[in-house]
Amino acid sequence: MMTGMPLLSLLIWVPVLGGLLVLAAGENRASLARWAALGISLATLALSLVLTAGFDSGTSHMQFVEMRPWIESFDIYYQLGVDGIALPLILLTTFITVLVVIAGWEVIQNKVAQYYAAFLIMEGLMIGVFSAMDAMLFYVFWEAMLVPMFIIIGVWGGPRRVYATVKFFLYTFLGSVFMLASLIYMYMESGTFEITSLYALPLGMSAQVLIFLSFLAAFAVKVPMWPVHTWLPDAHVEAPTGGSVILAAIMLKMGGYGFLRFSLPITPDASRELDWLLIGLSLIAVVYIGFVALVQRDMKKLIAYSSIAHMGFVTLGFFLMYAIVDRTGSLDGAAMGLQGGMVQMISHGLISGAMFLCVGVLYDRMHSREIGDYGGVVNTMPVFATFMVLFAMANAGLPGTSGFVGEFFVILASFQANFWFAMLAATTLILGAAYTLWMIKRVVFGDVANDNVAALQDINRREFFILSVLAVSVLALGLYPAPLTDLMSSSLDNLLNQALGSKLVP
Amino acid sequence: MNFVSPDLSPAYAEMFVLGMTCLVLVVDVFLKDSQRGITYVLSMLTLLGAAAITATSGVVAQELVFSGHFVSDPMGDVLKLVVYATTAVVFLYSRDYLRQNDLFKGEFFMLALFAMLGIMVMISAGSMLSLYLGLELLSLSMYALVAFQRDSAQAAEAAMKYFVLGAIASGCLLYGISLLYGMTGTISLSGISASFSSADQFNIPVLFGLSFVVVGVAFKFGAVPFHSWVPDVYQGAPAPVTLFIASAPKIAAFALAMRLLVDGLGDLQGGWQDMLVALSVLSIVIGNLVAIVQTNIKRMLAYSTISHVGFILLGILTGSQEGYAAAMYYAIAYVVMTTGAFGLIIILSRKGYEAEQLEDFKGLNSRSPWLAGMMLMLVFSMAGIPPFVGFYAKLTVLMGLVEVGLTWLAVLALVFSVVGAFYYLRVVKLMYFDEPQEEGKPEAALDIRVLLSANAALVLLLGLFPDGLMSLCIKVFQ
Repeated sequence: MMTGMPLLSLLIWVPVLGGLLVLAAGENRASLARWAALGISLATLALSLVLTAGFDSGTSHMQFVEMRPWIESFDIYYQLGVDGIALPLILLTTFITVLVVIAGWEVIQNKVAQYYAAFLIMEGLMIGVFSAMDAMLFYVFWEAMLVPMFIIIGVWGGPRRVYATVKFFLYTFLGSVFMLASLIYMYMESGTFEITSLYALPLGMSAQVLIFLSFLAAFAVKVPMWPVHTWLPDAHVEAPTGGSVILAAIMLKMGGYGFLRFSLPITPDASRELDWLLIGLSLIAVVYIGFVALVQRDMKKLIAYSSIAHMGFVTLGFFLMYAIVDRTGSLDGAAMGLQGGMVQMISHGLISGAMFLCVGVLYDRMHSREIGDYGGVVNTMPVFATFMVLFAMANAGLPGTSGFVGEFFVILASFQANFWFAMLAATTLILGAAYTLWMIKRVVFGDVANDNVAALQDINRREFFILSVLAVSVLALGLYPAPLTDLMSSSLDNLLNQALGSKLVP
Repeated sequence: MNFVSPDLSPAYAEMFVLGMTCLVLVVDVFLKDSQRGITYVLSMLTLLGAAAITATSGVVAQELVFSGHFVSDPMGDVLKLVVYATTAVVFLYSRDYLRQNDLFKGEFFMLALFAMLGIMVMISAGSMLSLYLGLELLSLSMYALVAFQRDSAQAAEAAMKYFVLGAIASGCLLYGISLLYGMTGTISLSGISASFSSADQFNIPVLFGLSFVVVGVAFKFGAVPFHSWVPDVYQGAPAPVTLFIASAPKIAAFALAMRLLVDGLGDLQGGWQDMLVALSVLSIVIGNLVAIVQTNIKRMLAYSTISHVGFILLGILTGSQEGYAAAMYYAIAYVVMTTGAFGLIIILSRKGYEAEQLEDFKGLNSRSPWLAGMMLMLVFSMAGIPPFVGFYAKLTVLMGLVEVGLTWLAVLALVFSVVGAFYYLRVVKLMYFDEPQEEGKPEAALDIRVLLSANAALVLLLGLFPDGLMSLCIKVFQ
């Protein structure tokens, strides 16, 4: 373990301070702001690779731990650390941010410095969420992140951006305040905000249920789960491409991460008691939202709904374990569900990011997201069409792409839990294929629909670069997911033990 | 008769301020309008000197002087230092505005200094009498300050309203004090405290007196349902006066509550806790809801103040040391945030034009990204979003509540802070998402811009490193 350099602090503060520097560059030096943002995001990516290189995947302990007193009056520490659950998400964050910076290169012409500063600051805050080991520090990062996202959607978004961004902010804020109340309650019980100490805190059943529900309020909004998902289509549709990518690829993952970091280990008994609720909501997301996606006319909205359905798989995978263990006693099956959920999170981060970037490519040229305005894009943009079809296949869960791995794990696990769970979950293979491929058919294939499509230019080198990097990662993860699953397996096993244990007050 | 001259050293700061203010009064008479800067400098020197005296007093425990009418303790010293700093900031922000609007007169500084003296006396009050004297000195100066723009009908109306309602509240307080005096036979707070025990908590005559006292306190805070003066006064007064009313007197109100309810009537905590619960819940609910529909930013901030006051009361009503510390922390944080917000309104105002409509903030980010960024921090801080100081203020209050088992109040306050976020977000929306209605950068002198930046930076710094102020607040109650 490397103790010399505070790597996690660097990962958080390099982008945040870098963002402030970019802001200081001012609006008159747009190209300086762009290059500075690129440099900072690349530096952060490099740091996260160093972190991965030094990471020992054989242990479930927190690594790269940093601990300093922060607010001593309330025993709040500036405490950071990563395990196999947080590390892949940090990598995803740094990776996607670089792509988002490149994706906005020529597209954003208005208030360039502020645009990049917002993304960089957000990157730092998101890494903070994934690496905070003190519940209050976690909460600070979790809430602070809303500020840059609020600005991004509101300033660079579409026509209904104000409605969308206020809705986004208030929904997520309302969810999180309940979590804050629970954190304070647990502090009063245990005298600490340290997350790992909270794992050991015995809690009565009714307290656990209330805490579990308050966490659910915070995380379900972020994931988002049906029925608190309605902010997502609005936010996605109105956000600029970069904002949609960050939202879909990373911010939604925070909800899933929260379940793993807080709900399951802190309230295991309540999780066991209420797993039917989570499984039910997840299945509704998978099936019902799948149908909703089918009827969308707006491409971004369609992808937004497909995100909700895919995130339903994530939560389904996380909460299957109790049913599996009760029925078969097989820990392997339970672990498979967890692993499937995690892989699905990473894979969805890549695929949904790629899908939004594809829509962004089209939108930059046509200024329309309506499926009806397109048709026969393949005739004028053959290279782009290849990428889009690939990502659409991945979105539909085609074997060989990363989208398949996570879904397959979760469906396998759900077979061990209950036939009907698996049955309903598997409909996603049909529905996902239906809404994605039908959209592709209407947008990409067929004859050239109108003069605007006929005038389209194929993607330039910058766009080609972004999409090909994403395509390579989606395929690599699909063909050989072992590096990812190895990275997190021991942490997930540890989590499984905690989640299956009981911490009721004797 | 043996006459022992009392040790006056704990009250040196008050005496200094009184002497200097009288000096300013005299000097100002002989100054021409063009020399008014001298008054300004002298006022600033007064604050500086008072700060030096208080900061070096080194009080570690409670000391009583003037036969117990005056107390000096660490809490008082910290609050006084905050009040000096606030007053100095008010003077700095106001200078150019007053010049442009032909209001740069000695009266403003003198009245503000007298008001500040009243606050100091309240902070250090050891008996009902000194408390009331301080309160009246503050209130009378305030009435005059609100009406100080003589030609403005709006200001005159606000002052009238403030005066009439304020007089009623003072009457209530005085009546409550007289009832308590009747029951205990003393006006000193320590004497009153000694003659009540917790058995009196639900004694009807005591509660009768207590409720009048609470009404007086609630009025000074501007807590619902005694809040109706707040929006009108905020709107009617010139921006610098609003800035002053919105900041320093809240510290005074906090001191009033602490001295009266905690020092004097601490044993009746069970009695006043329920009253404060009602006041704070109403303040948070009504303040946040009504703020949503305001179009005038001064009125909006007035309702936001009302909801913040609800939070301060929540801290006090816990009856625990942690709760008092939380309330004090909240009051200081509130003052820091609110001076910044009104400072920006002053900067945006021009000769004969108050930038008091929310519309005036439209597109501020395009006109001046720097100012917009500062306001962004202030507004998110008021909404209670980390990493700004407003979040920690709410957090400490909520922790105090949960500690004494009032979790339901904490959850209610949290939910309404989400409601409150809505109108703060609207300010951000206007600044960042809308097109500007007018062109050109708002002009402001360098020192005022630096001050505003420092003010907003403080909101951020106190948020990133909240422990210093927090442990200070906790220490003064131990």
